[in-house]
Amino acid sequence: MNSRPQEANEAAGQAILARVREALRLPAPPPHIRSQTPTAGPAAHPGLAILPAEASRPWLPDGGDSPAESLGIFTENLATLRAECVRVADMNAAAAWLAGQARQRGWQRVAFHDDPLIASVVEVLPCDRYRVDSPGESCDKTMLEACDAGVSGCECLIAQTGSILVSSNQGGRGLSILPHVHVVLARVDQIVPMLSDALAVVRQQHQGRLPSMLSFITGPSRTGDIERILVLGAHGPKELLVILVG
Amino acid sequence: MHVSLFIPCFVDQLTPQVGLAVATVLERLGHTVEFRSAQTCCGQPSFNAGYWDEARGVASRAVEVFAGAEAVVGPSGSCVAMMKVFYPQLLAGTPHETAALDLAARTFEFGEFLVNQLGVTDVGARFPHRVSYHDGCHGLRELRIRDEPRKLLAAVRDLELVECDEPESCCGFGGLFSVKFPMVSTAMAEVKAGSLARTDCDYIVSSDPSCQLQLDGWLSKNGKRPRTIHLAEVLAGEVA
Amino acid sequence: MSSPATTAAAEHPRPGVAKKQFLHDAAEHVRDTGHRDFVRRALGGYYLSRDTQKARFRDWEQARDAASLAKWSAVNRLDELLPEFVANFESGGGRVHWARDAAEARAIILGLLAEADAKAVIKSKCMTSEEIHLNAALEEAGYGVVESDLGEFIQQLRGEPPYHFVFPCMHVRRDEISDLFGKHLGTEPTDSPEELTMIARRHLRRLYVEADVGITGANFLVAETGQISITENEGNARLTVALPRIHIAIAGIEKLVARLDDLAVLLPMLAAAGSGQPMTCYNTLYGGPRQAGECDGPEAMHLVLLDNGRTALLADAEQRDALQCIRCGACLNVCPIFKNVGGFTYGTTYQGPIGSVITPHLRGLAEWNHLSGASSLCGACTDACPVRIDIHHHLLHNRRNAARTAPSRLERLGQRAFAFVARRPWLFAAGGWLFRKTLPLAKTLRPPPLSAWLATRDLPAAPRQSFRSAWRRRSR
Repeated sequence: MNSRPQEANEAAGQAILARVREALRLPAPPPHIRSQTPTAGPAAHPGLAILPAEASRPWLPDGGDSPAESLGIFTENLATLRAECVRVADMNAAAAWLAGQARQRGWQRVAFHDDPLIASVVEVLPCDRYRVDSPGESCDKTMLEACDAGVSGCECLIAQTGSILVSSNQGGRGLSILPHVHVVLARVDQIVPMLSDALAVVRQQHQGRLPSMLSFITGPSRTGDIERILVLGAHGPKELLVILVG
Repeated sequence: MHVSLFIPCFVDQLTPQVGLAVATVLERLGHTVEFRSAQTCCGQPSFNAGYWDEARGVASRAVEVFAGAEAVVGPSGSCVAMMKVFYPQLLAGTPHETAALDLAARTFEFGEFLVNQLGVTDVGARFPHRVSYHDGCHGLRELRIRDEPRKLLAAVRDLELVECDEPESCCGFGGLFSVKFPMVSTAMAEVKAGSLARTDCDYIVSSDPSCQLQLDGWLSKNGKRPRTIHLAEVLAGEVA
Repeated sequence: MSSPATTAAAEHPRPGVAKKQFLHDAAEHVRDTGHRDFVRRALGGYYLSRDTQKARFRDWEQARDAASLAKWSAVNRLDELLPEFVANFESGGGRVHWARDAAEARAIILGLLAEADAKAVIKSKCMTSEEIHLNAALEEAGYGVVESDLGEFIQQLRGEPPYHFVFPCMHVRRDEISDLFGKHLGTEPTDSPEELTMIARRHLRRLYVEADVGITGANFLVAETGQISITENEGNARLTVALPRIHIAIAGIEKLVARLDDLAVLLPMLAAAGSGQPMTCYNTLYGGPRQAGECDGPEAMHLVLLDNGRTALLADAEQRDALQCIRCGACLNVCPIFKNVGGFTYGTTYQGPIGSVITPHLRGLAEWNHLSGASSLCGACTDACPVRIDIHHHLLHNRRNAARTAPSRLERLGQRAFAFVARRPWLFAAGGWLFRKTLPLAKTLRPPPLSAWLATRDLPAAPRQSFRSAWRRRSR
């Protein structure tokens, strides 16, 4: 068996779109909303109410009104999520802290990606290192799987939810998910209040083309599948360490 | 105010004392009460079973029966929800549409009427018992009545109000559902009645005779106390 | 459900067959009070954490409006957003495959696997794949398929479909899982959920690395950017999309949202309502396969866009909002029917209230309307829905549609007779009198449907007089 010819695919697509257009000829009853909300119709469907994206901001969980507030909310959320967060003054202190962790936990090898800040921290670790994004080479997934920890940067940090936004630009897709420990190295000024702010940051950062993966990481991997009891480290990292510099 | 009583079938045939209690409380508060004997059923059994054409015939008659009433008050969240929420939908596009909307605006569940329309929470009653309140789902979710009956009970002398651990769970009555899916309906009664019984109350107070039928039916069959009592009966009781 | 023939029979049973099975399974389940208590206890923690998260919203009700509007407008603009999404997705290097129904979707995926010369497939939780019975088709074609979500993995080993579309094995006790792992994986018994999770972790790790193809679902499709969004807690979807060389995602056409910013509302709502979390652990957007300059990721990304009855639901303007569903499972978690009959009794891919609404549209009203009847219409589902689908009223609409198109003759006769009586006050009063006078006899003779009531519940004694006679006497 082989993949379907393109014409057959297009025919199926046209058939479905025709059904969609036919179905939508009947106008929808008004939405079941309770409170008054500001709305404006889109160009193609002037009859439909649409809420400006920023309108929901005051209704969602708070992300703080000042950098200090956001920092407080972020670290509080991380604690609730059972991620570890340490704040250090500069890169040297970050390197010293991580080296201490490596010694204490007996790490044999740590994976990292190409980034001047991360390189400076990883260089002084008392263990082997594996760079996942050497020029012209693909990441060796077997090698990465055998690493004790993955150290990555991030696009930004979100106070509102305690999330870390990483993309495939920070060491691809595997670095932040395959090793047992994920270490995030970030500057304090990378904290943004809300999820919508984080989306604005990545749009700004990657004008034209977004990285192929953007992942909001909110705490270490977890499951509640067995009797709804929380267990950390289901498939992804059991531990999430966030080093805040500055 | 001149209040027209809306008496559900269950009350008419099985618990007439509830309808009388409603009248007693309203009259004690200085209002006059009438009962339009041309009223029958609200049509909910047909409506809920999907037989909307049949329900529509019954509903349009009810709209005519209550025409011109200053306020229509019924001791059942479920039957009042039928008139207040579902009649306007059911009769939309029929000659009775406007009258249905008009009736919906003047129809009230008994407890809600006292608190929100008459502004009364203390009717001067005394009921020296420990009680738990069972929210009927139609009252709770179609009419959004939650605090009103509790305010009324809180003002009753010597009454102790306790909440159960399944306050928003359905008793499982659901009209014809109770006989079409009897085992599911009974399992739900077991959960809700069990939760209410665990409060160790003397009475379960309800604003829905149909929920009362279900809860009492299960409790009696299983030899458990307590029993239910309608909110109107509590409020019409002994004057403090 | 291994052969296509049995699959088709399960998909479209003869009228009455599914209902009979439902009544039978419900009765069985209800008798198992230990199981019902177990499920209720398991949900106890969910209620607490859900309430904690709801309280973190500065205005939960307004946020629900925002989430509802985002999905409502997307569903009503599918004609515009689907082409926009496809163009943007394909410009990111992925390929879209349109599937009109389940058979077409299965054929597409088998074709892609053959083209890729695949041997081993790893899957992350995907309800659309359950809907199209993909695993059976893949296994029949000789592929090794492993479910990687812990709950799905357990269900796969048990040979059962998911019990709950968000919590697939919530009905299974830890000792049963320990035995299951002992039997299939040769591990030592344990009563620790943590150790059981680690057994699955160790077992599956190797399989991610070895699989050629990763199959996932998608929670949202973002028209504006051409990305798919996957929500999960365990990291298994992340691994499924990171390591194998091919990524195939399957999504219903209703998963569209217009803007990337819509996720800023929908992701926290999904997490709060679905599992009582501030955010699900991993919310990941994929815009295509590995790009030039990236160090890993699949060489190809395929998206199967599935209709399979969704356009029929879209055509029902009254119930169109049911397509807003973000599959959070909140309506199941609060549903007294679900809690008392359990997930398997429904016999559907999507259990609980939302399943009872949409299944008749996806698989036929005549065969599946009994699910709409199996509800007390309590409305707890509608209150719990983060996107404000009018769930319990749609059960009522399904009942009405069924009474119009496929009425039970006996019931219609009964309803007509009742309506005839209820329009005539004298007849109605006489009927009431007859009811009261014959009640003692009826309690002895137990005609249906009274028998169904009396089997488990008592009826009070009828009073001597009705309210209307009492009122006449009082007024004199």
